[in-house]
Amino acid sequence: MTDPVPLLQVEGLRVEFPTRRGVLVAVDGVSFHIDAGEVLGVVGESGAGKSLTGAAVIGLLEPPGRIASGQIRFEGQRIDNLRPERMRRLRGRSIAMVFQDPLTSLNPLYSIARQLTETIRTHLDLDEAAARKRAIELLDEVGIPAAARRIDEYPHQFSGGMRQRVVIALALAANPKLIIADEPTTALDVSIQAQIIALLKRLCAEHGTAVMLVTHDMGVIAETADRVAVMYAGRIVEVGDVQQVIGDARHPYTHGLMGSIPMIGHDVERLVQIDGAMPRLTEIPAGCAFNPRCPRALPRCRSERPELVSAAGAQVACWLFDGAGSDR
Amino acid sequence: MNIDTGHPPETAAAGLLARAADRLRRFFDSDIFHSFRTSPVTIAAFVVTMVCFVAAFFAPWLAPHNTNDVATLDLMNAFLPPVWMEGGTWDFPLGTDEQGRDVLSAIMFGMKVSLIVGFASVLFSVVLGVGLGLVSGYVGGRLDHFIMRVADVQLSFPAVLVALLLFGFAKTILPRAVQDDVALLVLIFAIGLSNWVQFARTVRGSTMVEKNKEYVQAARVIGRRPLAIMFQHVLPNVMGPVLVIATISLAIAILTEATLSFLGVGVPPTQPSLGTLIRFGNNFLFSGEWWMTIFPGVALVALALAVNLLGDWLRDALNPKLR
Amino acid sequence: MLAFIVRRLFQSILVMLAVGFIAFSLFNFVGDPVNNMVGIEATIEERERMAKALGLNDPFPIQFARFAGNALRGDFGQSYRLSVPVEEAIGERLPATLELVFVAAVLALAIGVPLGVYTGLHREGAVSRLLLTTSLIGISLPTFLIGILLILTFSVWLGWLPSFGRGVTVNIGWESNLVSWEGFRSIILPSVTLCLFQLTLLMRLVRAEMLEVLRTDYIKFARARGLTSRAVNFGHALKNTLVPVITITGLQIGSLIAFAIITETVFQWPGMGLLFLQAIQFVDIPVMAAYLCLVAFIFVVINLIVDLLYYVIDPRLRLDGGAARAH
Repeated sequence: MTDPVPLLQVEGLRVEFPTRRGVLVAVDGVSFHIDAGEVLGVVGESGAGKSLTGAAVIGLLEPPGRIASGQIRFEGQRIDNLRPERMRRLRGRSIAMVFQDPLTSLNPLYSIARQLTETIRTHLDLDEAAARKRAIELLDEVGIPAAARRIDEYPHQFSGGMRQRVVIALALAANPKLIIADEPTTALDVSIQAQIIALLKRLCAEHGTAVMLVTHDMGVIAETADRVAVMYAGRIVEVGDVQQVIGDARHPYTHGLMGSIPMIGHDVERLVQIDGAMPRLTEIPAGCAFNPRCPRALPRCRSERPELVSAAGAQVACWLFDGAGSDR
Repeated sequence: MNIDTGHPPETAAAGLLARAADRLRRFFDSDIFHSFRTSPVTIAAFVVTMVCFVAAFFAPWLAPHNTNDVATLDLMNAFLPPVWMEGGTWDFPLGTDEQGRDVLSAIMFGMKVSLIVGFASVLFSVVLGVGLGLVSGYVGGRLDHFIMRVADVQLSFPAVLVALLLFGFAKTILPRAVQDDVALLVLIFAIGLSNWVQFARTVRGSTMVEKNKEYVQAARVIGRRPLAIMFQHVLPNVMGPVLVIATISLAIAILTEATLSFLGVGVPPTQPSLGTLIRFGNNFLFSGEWWMTIFPGVALVALALAVNLLGDWLRDALNPKLR
Repeated sequence: MLAFIVRRLFQSILVMLAVGFIAFSLFNFVGDPVNNMVGIEATIEERERMAKALGLNDPFPIQFARFAGNALRGDFGQSYRLSVPVEEAIGERLPATLELVFVAAVLALAIGVPLGVYTGLHREGAVSRLLLTTSLIGISLPTFLIGILLILTFSVWLGWLPSFGRGVTVNIGWESNLVSWEGFRSIILPSVTLCLFQLTLLMRLVRAEMLEVLRTDYIKFARARGLTSRAVNFGHALKNTLVPVITITGLQIGSLIAFAIITETVFQWPGMGLLFLQAIQFVDIPVMAAYLCLVAFIFVVINLIVDLLYYVIDPRLRLDGGAARAH
């Protein structure tokens, strides 16, 4: 079972963007947790708020975006209200992040060695030589061939896949307990995606690092995650064990998402498709945000907002599962 | 006899009016207008610009004295200080110069010259730059390469220097007799020619993007002339950036004109611009008659600053990403 | 790398040839060289003899080659106005201009870059807003007016600093203003005048580049790795703004030489710019041609140096093998 105190606990997180046409709520009342060593997949369409949730956790929301309410706890301690300097020390040391595009994630003017040793020496008490040694080990670990030689090269001398390996090495530099991976494979060739995901999964398992894997790719989630949270229009609509959610999705939105994935061996006439598009942040409807597109919407869905409730091993925010026993 | 257009004239007019009103409403609701309304600095800049325009172009009616008419000058009035100083009078609120010319009126007439040269030279830059940019981007190949190389080289030479050189050329080519008559045209030509590069670059970039779009290919297939298509489709797209560059260029052109006139190679002394006034006044700086220099200088800076501020605002308003 | 430099050199030579051609045309087509040499009253035979002596009857390419050859040796003939060899007139005034430009460039860089970084990092701060507004005024103030205002304030009203000329100079191989305090006093007002516009431009440019770079992914990633603000802002961000800043600084030094014409006029500073302006007013073609070639040469050299600096800063250009390695 899970620890009494999870590694990361997010409660009622609300991220807002003040604009002159009013306040946009990009993340609305999101709660979830990640246990030590666990991989949580966060899935949803672009604009669902998953990347912002990740940015909020690591304290890198771009102004004017801000956390309006809610709490983020890391190892039981609140981190959403830490002073910038304390938060900085946490970043990289305890919580690391991997971004989407390896081509732009590395500073083009510094060698790989310099970027790695700089990061290592910021967090660990090592001299230059020891930091360099560790840097080479890290590159070895992420599968860069001839690491000792290539370490002095510059980012542009590496291919996209290799750069993402370097990025992962940078994220792991100080042995963090949690990595937030924001679409880590989206920008890569399909042939390389699987390698990178496998690498990330293996390394985190070896180091006991937990991962918050943000992606829109259900396939990646199915392969990698222990649990999955599905986001829609800034809210979590379903969260649970990955097998449970994939095999037996409760929320109509999740159901639609699953239906849109082609699967080998399943003989279906055609893939299901969800009609319409996710609403813009300015036009989120009252009640359940999904109600205009939902094939099974009830009158109640248009006026009252459903909260996450337990439904057979998972948690679902849907009026179809209100109270125990009620079912489809 | 009027052919029936399907609408009685009243409704057509009403429709037009409604459409105009709708446009106006949309304009007042637009982001651009909002950013204008909420920026006091921009409003102030707009007001200053308008005051300058009105003062300059209505100078013959508004100015207290006609400084272009030598007969009205009286040497008895020479070197009068501004009104608030000992010996100043309300007849000459900002004082007079060594010939008894009213400084305020001279500024108003001078500003007119400055603005005319400024606008005309920017117009010239726009026509030249947009034209060359369009051709360069559309034709591509060697012609494009050549035009852009010329642009690069010219860009590494500051506008003032280019204008100065062109002016030197004109001075050597033209017979002395006509020099004063065409000096204004030469000045406009020189400043305009020193400023076209930015327009050309911007337009070229958009043209290259646009020319590969499908509708252009399609229009070509049905036999429309490519350059006509370019004008119709590229120009509207680049009007925003061109407007921004033109506004900032206007400030630059006004300052360049003032600089050249200050150096004594600009407008002829018979049509003094703000720069000429400063040049004349500068001779009396050491004897204490500062107002002959400072007031035209203040007018020049106020105008340039206001136009610069408007350009700055326009760029931000049209390009919110850059904030 | 070598290929790049060779290509750059080749381009520079082309530019110089083009400028040389313009200068040559000035000589031969615009002004009538015979008229200029012998005067309007000369007889036809005298003119013929002069034309022959000057080689004006030779084919065009030979004339141009001769001009270029002479120019390379620094020989541009006699100044019409001063009746001394042009190279002498310019040589005398070159140090004055170069010293002025040097001091102004140092001032602009030493003040403009830090202010740009500051306003880029604290974009919403009150000091930044004040600096930005002031800088806009700086851009709207023409150089000559700045000079006049400084003279009025520091020479006429306060009487602290000299308002014209080079004052006391010391010969250190050339006449210099920089080695004695008396001489330095004279260069203060002109160099401040000259640098102010470039300073504001540089500050605004560095600010814009900083804002641009601070939005990039690698800066976000650097923050996400917990690097200190100092390392992120001054190590990662500032270095990436350097490439455009160097380009502009190169251009700016060119501008400084051009704007020196104005400053030298205001302060009656006996440099090349003042010489050139007088040459334009008196249609002194040899001086104009020589100045044009010299300034073009300086610009070309600056551009070459800028290109080489790119190499030092940006490893992407340093690639020895050619294309990037792929895996």
